[in-house]
This record gives sequence, C-alpha cells and structure tokens, in this order.
Amino acid sequence: MGPASLIVLIVSGVVFSTLAMWVARFLVRPAWNKQKGEPYECGVPTVGQTWIQYNVGYYLFALMFLIFEVELVFLFPWAVVASQMGFVALVEAIVFLFILFLGFLYAHRQGALKWM
Amino acid sequence: MWSIEQIIGALNQWLQHTLGNVGAAIAAYILLGIFVILFFSVLGLVLVYMERKVSAWMQVRLGPNRVGPKGLLQTLADTLKLMSKEGLTPAGADRFLFNLAPVLMIVVSMLLLAPVAFARNVQIWDLNIGVLYVSAISSVSVLAVLIAGWSSNNKYSLLGAMRSGAQIVSYELSAGFAILTVAVLSGSLQVSQIIESQQTGWWIFRGHLPVWVATVVYLIAVTAETNRAPFDLAEAESELTAGFHTEYSGMKFALFFLAEYANVFIASAIGATLFLGGWMPLHIGNWEAFNRVMDWIPSSIWFLAKTFFLIFVIMWFRWTFPRLRIDQLLELEWKYLLPIGLVNLILATAIAVLGWHF
Repeated sequence: MGPASLIVLIVSGVVFSTLAMWVARFLVRPAWNKQKGEPYECGVPTVGQTWIQYNVGYYLFALMFLIFEVELVFLFPWAVVASQMGFVALVEAIVFLFILFLGFLYAHRQGALKWM
Repeated sequence: MWSIEQIIGALNQWLQHTLGNVGAAIAAYILLGIFVILFFSVLGLVLVYMERKVSAWMQVRLGPNRVGPKGLLQTLADTLKLMSKEGLTPAGADRFLFNLAPVLMIVVSMLLLAPVAFARNVQIWDLNIGVLYVSAISSVSVLAVLIAGWSSNNKYSLLGAMRSGAQIVSYELSAGFAILTVAVLSGSLQVSQIIESQQTGWWIFRGHLPVWVATVVYLIAVTAETNRAPFDLAEAESELTAGFHTEYSGMKFALFFLAEYANVFIASAIGATLFLGGWMPLHIGNWEAFNRVMDWIPSSIWFLAKTFFLIFVIMWFRWTFPRLRIDQLLELEWKYLLPIGLVNLILATAIAVLGWHF
C-alpha cells in the first residue's frame, strides 16, 4: 500500500495503546496511599537513589556490537548482488570478514568478551 | 475458489465504485488501521491461550478449561481482569517516560507488520528492503525496554533493562547473519522476491548445510531477542521479580505482554518467510498430483501453519532448556553464534556463486 501505510501503522499503534490505557482508567476507581507509590522491593524500603552511576559491565559488548552492526549494514547491499558478481564478491567478502575477524580476535585477546 | 487476495481486490473495487479514487484510498487506510488493531487483539488472545495449552500439554496438565468451551474464553477473562486493575505509577517515577514505554513498544511491533506476507500478494507494504527494514525496526524495541527500566525508579527494573539491552543488542547480530544467508541465496531483500525464489523448493530443502545452520541460529537469536525463556534474563522472576516491567500494572503491563507475543509472531513469520517459503505451498519435484493437491490449500493457510509451527517450537524451547546466566548468555553469542554465523555466510556465498543449491 506504499509508504503512507507506515504512518497508518504508527497512528493505529498509538491509538490502540492509549485507548487501552484510557479505557482502563475509566473502569477503575483509584485509591492512593503512600505505600503504593514506593518502588517494589519485596517489602523492604528501598535504600538510596536508583538513578546513580554504576558499573554496567556490558558496555564493552555494546562497543563491539556497534562495530559488527555497521559491518552488517555494509553486507546487506553486497548480499543482493553477490550471486550475480560471482567469485569477485566471494573473495571480497572473505577479505572484508577476515579483517573484521582479526579485530574480533584482538578484542577477545584483550579480554573485552570476558565477564567482569 | 476464494482467497484473501480476491476478497481484498473485490473490496477495493467496491470502494472505488462507491467512493471514487480519493475516498477509496482514505477508506483503505482506515480499514488497514482497524484491521491491524483487531489483528493485534486477536493475536494476543490466541497466543496466550496457545502458550498456556502448550505448556500444560508439555507438563501433562489440562491447562485452562473452565471459562468457555475448552477454556477458550480464559484469555478474554484475563484481559477484562487486567482492564479493571489500577495502573499504578510509582511516586518517584518519570511519569512521561513511564507512560511512553508501552506505547513505543506497541508502535514498534505494529510497524514490523508492514513487510509480512500474509498470503499470495497480500502485504501491507512490499518495500524493496523488507528484511533490512525488519532488522532495523526490531532493534528500536530495545529503546522501549531501556526507557521502561530507567523511568520506573526501581533497581530491579534498571538491572533488568540493562541486561535486556545487552542481550537484544548482541543477538541481533546473529539474526542479521542468518537473514543475510538467505538474502545471498535469493539475491534480494524484498520479501515477495525472497518468496518467489522458493518457487521450486523452500530454502531449507535447497540450501544444504548453510541454511540449516542459519535456521537454527535464527531461531536461537530470535528467542533471545524477544526475551523468551531460556533467555528471559530480563524478567527472570527468581532474581529480578519481573525485570524491566516490575512496576507496571493493569493495562500497561498487558500492553508489554501483548507486544512480546506480537514480536514472537512477527519473528516466526519472518523466519517462515526466509527458510520455509512463506505462503509457498510444498512442492516435490515432478509429483504432479501431489503438487496439485498442495496448490489447492489456500496460501494464507500455508503461511499461518508455518508461522504457528515456529511459534510452537519457540514455546517448546521454554520447557526444554534451563535459563542461562548472563555471562553464559553473552558467551554463547560472542564466542559461538557469531563466528558460526560468519563462516556460515561465506559457505552460503560459495554455494550461491558455484550454483550448488538445487
């Protein structure tokens, strides 16, 4: 149906989810007390702030992801023409992937893939 | 014989006859909106019921059987119950982001419906970069998860969201490589052309070893991307209560739940399109009579059968494998699936270039 259908999909997604939350609001009579507003922590009052700086431990994986995701984006146009181009495409892909694989090995040696 | 394509064609003709060109286009878009909303509601009800029945069957239980015949109305009753629950927002939460997250989640899964081929020539938008579009849009859902975890002002939510971010981001690569394998073999990214290229046989039959490996890798990656067991670390109930949606209740929780099931459906639909031929019927060489019988089955039935088979396999995983730890999970992706995906892609290219596939 063409690109306009994406706008229709976005609008219907927003309408669907807001309508569901809005209808639910009319069905319920809210009763507020202080304990309900506390963050859930198995009955114990929470200690300190939540929005603080802390060590995520996965950030190196995120950096690695960036490299490989960009590589994937380069491979998509290649994939379309690969079988028409024949051996040239195969050799080019092997060279491209080999260089990336060297980088991957380097990161592995440096311990980027180790759990901290 | 009737088919969805003919019904849509007849409807379109009737609309153009009564409303003229512009009116028909507007009416078509409105009908599309109504269709996707209805489709999502029905999909949620059906898949939750299926999940509960399948898990009951695997554990030799009966499953839901009280509400309605065979418990068919159980999920409807659950939805009504969820609607009548109060949607709490914690006092310290970021109100705007907290309410934005479920909406974003639903919008993302609705957008993913666009390139899914439901039957012969039935597609919302057959764009020429269909599978790239799918992998691009599906990675936006990680934003919704992170927003939900961050805005809840709850430590469980935050930890769950961070885990989920690392997990979705990692497994996307493997899913991408599996998609690329088929893209190389069929020489196109357009969903309709990928299906056309499987006219003589589905890729899983024609592509030898690389496509089998790609299918397995795709199923693993997709299970992890949709946060389902054994990769449901983001909502591991034994350690993080419910992960990123701990603080969500009532209808907002239901929306997260619905989006998860919708994502499972879409991932299975794309998997069925890539590896099992989408709506293409099963043909065996020159068995004329057999092929005739297979052609007689409507294409929408073929598509739904394959998709629900893959959904069943993903549900089967849940009751077969124990949950992984987060370091095991990342190790599985980076040390096994990713190198396998790289080598597999080169093998598939060699087969495509040499013309060794059937």
